[in-house]
Amino acid sequence: MRKIKSASDLERWKEDILTKQKKHEMVLSVCGGTACHAYGCKEVRDRFAKVIQKIGGRHKIRLMFTGCRGFCEKGPIVTIQPQGIFYQKVQEKDVPLILSETIEKGKVLEHLLYEDGVTKQKVTSEKDIPFYQAQRRLVLGSNGRIEPTKIEDYVEMGGYQALAKVLFKMNPDQIIDEIKVSKLRGRGGAGFPTGLKWESCRNIPGDIKYVICNCDEGDPGAYMDRSLLEGNPHSILEGMIIGAFAMGANQGFIYVRHEYPLACRNAEVAITQARKAGFLGKNILGSGFDFDVEIAKGGGAFICGESTALIASIEGRPGEPRSKQIHTVEQGLWGKPTSINNVETWANVPLIIQKGSQWFSSIGTEKSKGTKIFSLVGKVKNTGLVEVPMGMTLKEIIFDIGGGPQNGKKIKAVQTGGPSGGCIPASLFNLPVDYDSLTQVGSMMGSGGMIVMDEGTCMVDVAKYFVHFLEEESCGKCLPCREGLKRMGEILDGITEGKGNEETLSLLEELATVVADTSLCGLGKTAPNPVISALRYFRQEFEEHLYQKRCPAAVCPSLIRYSISESDCTGCGACKKVCPTQAIEGEKKQNHRILSELCSKCGSCKEVCKANAVIVL
Amino acid sequence: MNLEPVGKIIDKHQCKRTALISILHDIQDRYHHLPKEALKKVASRLQMDPNDIYGVATFYKSFSLIPKGKHSITLCLGTACHVRGGQNILRELTKCLGIGPGQTTKDKQFSLNAVNCLGVCAIGPVMLVDGKFYGEMNPVKTKRMMEKLDTNRSGVRS
Repeated sequence: MRKIKSASDLERWKEDILTKQKKHEMVLSVCGGTACHAYGCKEVRDRFAKVIQKIGGRHKIRLMFTGCRGFCEKGPIVTIQPQGIFYQKVQEKDVPLILSETIEKGKVLEHLLYEDGVTKQKVTSEKDIPFYQAQRRLVLGSNGRIEPTKIEDYVEMGGYQALAKVLFKMNPDQIIDEIKVSKLRGRGGAGFPTGLKWESCRNIPGDIKYVICNCDEGDPGAYMDRSLLEGNPHSILEGMIIGAFAMGANQGFIYVRHEYPLACRNAEVAITQARKAGFLGKNILGSGFDFDVEIAKGGGAFICGESTALIASIEGRPGEPRSKQIHTVEQGLWGKPTSINNVETWANVPLIIQKGSQWFSSIGTEKSKGTKIFSLVGKVKNTGLVEVPMGMTLKEIIFDIGGGPQNGKKIKAVQTGGPSGGCIPASLFNLPVDYDSLTQVGSMMGSGGMIVMDEGTCMVDVAKYFVHFLEEESCGKCLPCREGLKRMGEILDGITEGKGNEETLSLLEELATVVADTSLCGLGKTAPNPVISALRYFRQEFEEHLYQKRCPAAVCPSLIRYSISESDCTGCGACKKVCPTQAIEGEKKQNHRILSELCSKCGSCKEVCKANAVIVL
Repeated sequence: MNLEPVGKIIDKHQCKRTALISILHDIQDRYHHLPKEALKKVASRLQMDPNDIYGVATFYKSFSLIPKGKHSITLCLGTACHVRGGQNILRELTKCLGIGPGQTTKDKQFSLNAVNCLGVCAIGPVMLVDGKFYGEMNPVKTKRMMEKLDTNRSGVRS
């Protein structure tokens, strides 16, 4: 790899790469995101490589193994350029056919195309698929166009141009002004203005300062940061170098959960390449600025996403937070000024520098600018990562992009903001998604998890789930969080078993208020949110559990019983076959029966019954 | 116990205190747990108090002071997996393996773990067996997978 010593060097490198890439007549990209891996994308890619080599097409066809393309549910995804063909659910056995039909003869294979859920029409091109149509993939879009482990791909796309611009054409104050004017807010959840954070960090006197990229994406149900760091690690590095230059930091850290091994690996490769190319290290691009980045791994503690706990963890201590009277921008890592920003925030920085703050602030709402990536998951048809301009309504995201409910069930709520957020009922789906609107209805933006819930989701169970989650993740340093969550969990356990009286809900609310008011850090302060929001919008469900001893969503095991309707059962035996506990008896073509003493209430029988004969009492 | 690999791991991380968690991860990968002697060696090389190392090793959930099984089964119980029935998978796994989350089978073949999110939310419920992800799990699929495991205790074949 060549060492880039100036801005013009970088320009020449880009030109050379472009000339080289022009030789390829066709680009075949296989999505290498983690979900696609689960569906066997590696086997697909290896098979492609083998077959392409066999036909001697290596010079004409470029085979790419990209980062996550977002439409995870349809993986493995293969796209063919310049034709723009989008194949979904590709298996290893499809590879020879794609080669012989599509690549050699130009014929599109119908059975691999996406089928529109409403019109039942086959769609050939990615841009015509409704899931992608309504999105604006400014940050995530590059994932499908580059190989994360090839720095050349990033440079070819105009990568590191923003870095060259700040090093040679801007001074730190101008950079900070640009970020301030863009109104970029932190994408990790709280939405603090990034420019202001940088300015405070810059203004604190001191020779040693640090920048940190927070990729401790602990919110269950969210994986945007993972996909960004896995799929486009150089964009995050470039953002960090720009930030470090603006704030006067010479050392950076990327803090990654160890549950994300591919993200760790790709980030490590990117750092090594950036060092070799001269984007990291001493005298970057000949500007005289020194900066380097290291990776710090997490150990499976949710609390380490909190800035002071994260710092403790990098310092090699247990991740316990401290009181934030003195902010981390003043005293952070080893007591030095430190700016911690989220992965997605860093990834937005090069875009703002290159395209300008005016362009950036033209997207979004008045107080929330730009786009936001959400992980749209749960009980919705199209699951995956979606990037939309701030201000799009929940309805548009869930129904237009997400394709609405799965299996015809009614969607009743969406959970945003992870364990610090809340459930927003379907009646509020016209709400524009931005930092302030979500907070107003008792939830929050959070890092971007959007978990859709339908009538088969019990809201008491969800509240219980989050409380137990946080109880387990509480570091135990302060009492209200450690003990309060435990007691709230006990009360919720009781409710899901139908135990409690008239005072139970008010006691739960009182405890929630105390925990929120008196906890030390953000984890405890926001921990009661899922309970409070569930009580606010779904109080009736709590009351049904308590007073009528029934779970309307048929989830809570203590309050339900499975049975087979004699009049509807066709005796097909499907339920008997799938029952993991052998709790179903009955002869073929005869009525079947559930033995309640053996039934584990998993609902497998209900899912397979075509006659809808399995009922929950 | 041969502690030579521990020394090499510490060298690889340049004896840095910031790399403590990474060092412990590497040791655990090598020994399937964190042996006491290894922790003592880390403490002396990093010039840290063994108590502090113990504090870190017990604070973070990924670490185990007792030996883990040869094969690891990790079940995701993140929100997306939860609303799609993750608990049912856990019940099935516990039944099949005869152990609860955080435990290891007596023959030291399998360890079961339940984690809060593996970040593969779109295809939940998700399970990770020896580094390979399995999506859209249900109790029946889980049972079949465990049966395959039982007849061939050397791992899962999909």
